[in-house]
Amino acid sequence: MKRAIVIEKVWKLLMYASIALVLFFVVSVVWSVFRRGLPVLSWEMVSSLPGGGFYIGKEGGFLNAIVGSLYIVGGATVLGLLVSIPVVFYLNVYLKPHSVLGSVARIAYDILFGIPSIVYGAFGFTIMIFFGLRTSLLGGIIVVTLLIIPIFIRSMDEVAKTIPQDIMEAGYSLGSTRLETIGVVVRQIAPAIATATLLGIGRAIGDAAGVMFTAGFSDSIPTSLTQQTASLPLSVFFQLSAPQLEVQDRAYAAAVVLTAIVLVLSLSGRFIMNRFSRNKV
Amino acid sequence: MMKNNRLLKDRIAEQLMAVMTISSLLLVVAMAVGLYLKSVPILQEHSLWELLSEGEWRPMAGRFGFFPFLMGTLYVSLLALGIAIPISLLMAIYLTEYAHSAVKRYVFPLLDILAGLPSVIYGVWGMLVIVPWVSDVVAPSLRRDSSGYTVLATGVVLGVTVIPLLVSLFIEIFSNVGRESREAALSLGATRWQTTMDVVLRQTAPGVIAAVVLAASRTLGETIAVIMVCGNLAIVPSSLLDACYPIPALIANNYGEMLSLPLYESALMFAAFILFFVVLGFNLFSRLVLRKMNNR
Amino acid sequence: MSIAISIPQIFSAGVIHRVPWTVHIPFVVDRKFPRLEDTRLTTRNLNISIGNSHILKDVNVEIPQNKITCIIGPSGCGKTTLLRTFNRFVDSIEGVRIDGEVNLGKQDIVSAGAGEMSELRRNIGLVPQRPCPLPMSIYDNIAYGCRIHGVRGKRKLDLVVQHYLEAVGLWEEVKDRLHTPASKLSGGQQQRLCLARSLAVEPSYLLADESTSALDPISSRTVEDLFVKLKRDYSIVMVTHTLRQAQRIADYVIFMYLGEVIEQGDAKEVFGNPKHELTRKYLSGGIS
Repeated sequence: MKRAIVIEKVWKLLMYASIALVLFFVVSVVWSVFRRGLPVLSWEMVSSLPGGGFYIGKEGGFLNAIVGSLYIVGGATVLGLLVSIPVVFYLNVYLKPHSVLGSVARIAYDILFGIPSIVYGAFGFTIMIFFGLRTSLLGGIIVVTLLIIPIFIRSMDEVAKTIPQDIMEAGYSLGSTRLETIGVVVRQIAPAIATATLLGIGRAIGDAAGVMFTAGFSDSIPTSLTQQTASLPLSVFFQLSAPQLEVQDRAYAAAVVLTAIVLVLSLSGRFIMNRFSRNKV
Repeated sequence: MMKNNRLLKDRIAEQLMAVMTISSLLLVVAMAVGLYLKSVPILQEHSLWELLSEGEWRPMAGRFGFFPFLMGTLYVSLLALGIAIPISLLMAIYLTEYAHSAVKRYVFPLLDILAGLPSVIYGVWGMLVIVPWVSDVVAPSLRRDSSGYTVLATGVVLGVTVIPLLVSLFIEIFSNVGRESREAALSLGATRWQTTMDVVLRQTAPGVIAAVVLAASRTLGETIAVIMVCGNLAIVPSSLLDACYPIPALIANNYGEMLSLPLYESALMFAAFILFFVVLGFNLFSRLVLRKMNNR
Repeated sequence: MSIAISIPQIFSAGVIHRVPWTVHIPFVVDRKFPRLEDTRLTTRNLNISIGNSHILKDVNVEIPQNKITCIIGPSGCGKTTLLRTFNRFVDSIEGVRIDGEVNLGKQDIVSAGAGEMSELRRNIGLVPQRPCPLPMSIYDNIAYGCRIHGVRGKRKLDLVVQHYLEAVGLWEEVKDRLHTPASKLSGGQQQRLCLARSLAVEPSYLLADESTSALDPISSRTVEDLFVKLKRDYSIVMVTHTLRQAQRIADYVIFMYLGEVIEQGDAKEVFGNPKHELTRKYLSGGIS
């Protein structure tokens, strides 16, 4: 009998160790990036374009990457929401609870969610070649949109599924059509839309493999959809491989900015979720 | 008239949304077809078996052997899972079976952070922390020389990236075990740990396996973090301290050059197709199992 | 029958061993575990609160031996909490506070550590509300508890499994499929299996939390009859919502209301001649 207690103690110790290890990983990742990047981060870096050529330039910053990422993420988020909200609405209002299309669709989104972004990138690239498009802001936006649609749909659907039937029926009993209940549905899942959006933005802004193929890279801020554009993760990735210390510094500084953005996004996502569940009771 | 108008709108909206839903589904099919068509040229030139088992990669000489890349992917993924599974399992067990809700309040945001960090940041971390650790600590202690850009470094970085996914899947699965099942064992005098092993894990075994498969598919596709620490050498690694070159890294590293040679492009698209196909299979399997478990 | 009694007597060196009524063959593997000498289960000034709500208030009870004790009262009166205090399942509620004493013989249940708890729970078995087989075979369900407490050996366990399946009248029904998953059994069979599983670790007490509420009337009656027969060897404490069930099988009744024990005593007394106004009201359906 004593033996079972000892075994339990040992495993419990291992559990504490695993949590400590994960804590160490989190702290180590954030700490190492900030410690290397923060000293070299300056206002000039975030507010100016790289000067005198990308790989050799010793002056300038990565404004091109910040703006490029904002363009890509902004465009993809808007497009993504335009597609996913109607799909979620269709899945939950028009389709019957156990319809075949509904379950096939949900599995397909699960799978799309799991497809690595490098495959999205390669696929997007073939499509662009097929249509005669070159790597451009537009291409980047399209691929990132495809990448975040499954994230949007899955996390909104999760909440939409729990909308009580009574609420819908209250609408129907007043004579509204299914389309007219959209207001009710959107209000019910509003917090989910917010968290899904944050989640999607987080994933979109960090994606490098997808945009590498489709958006390319550039030292300037794009002025039209057909121009190539830089993005934060790629700016980190490319500049790190440069031999000059100054260029590498720029990469680490960009990494700090990227990490900070993602930290804010994920913490505010949890905050909204907590608020939401508290109000829901 | 008014009423008809509203019904008509409803109808049109329905059709429109159905089209959107179905076409977004077809993305899966489109990917499969598109990548397959792109890889047809190389498959006409070389047999599938030849491509997968050949060890030499010299695109300019028309030699396309994927074997080193397959092995690199395999080793790195196995190592990553070997690191991530025990940690995640223990953590998930602690959080579902032992922890007070106060502890969860602090641990969940940590997992959120880990899950949300972009892969390029993991890559930076790998270069700043793990690679030096391998070259300055691990290799000397084994009396080996190593740049640090190795299977070991890649496995560690990759393992850490899948921990949050595994933990959240495990927690979801374990929470589906009823309180009564646990109490059945506890009431006989079983300890918490015995209950966990004999009731919780036994009952959720299919789900645990599905979660692991899902995590495996995630490690197969991870790109940027891997490129930054794997060493990018097209060799079959023979130890943890050898460099490696997983498939996603191959695709991402060569996308610029590939347009120079039609067959080169086809070979890379073939690599993407393999990746897609394997990940699709893994995902389909595990999602079906998880769905069945969670609906029960 | 006469053999059945004489053989264990030889084995246990003169100590008279009570043999459950269904056993027709000599049963030589029982008494796998040391039996407690003092098995009185009592509470003294037991107070339980969860957060700010006071669930049990100054509960003083003594559970009589070898009887069926029914805890009755309207829902939310603390019946289940009291029952779950006996095997310390209240611990699983977050923010719970236990004051006062709960004793099994000389052992203090409230302060029991992990090691004592395991032994304690072996002595106080639980029959769950809904049938809940462990995710393993029928055989392993019965053998599980014994293995945990260190009983090894296939021959020994075979006998234990057969003995207790017979004790709940399940042996004939399942003897050909002992190694199939227990989840394949019907609800009533599962509940009897759970009962046999609890009995196999030789508890002194059986706690039953509305153990028949999830069963169909016939299965429910079977389990009820089993309880009545089992009281020869075990003391049974059950929580029930159906007053009729309590009236059918209870020997001793504890009536609770809003966390307090209002009245306790022999079933005949309490049902036939309730002393307290509230008890009278509850029995006549005035409180529910």
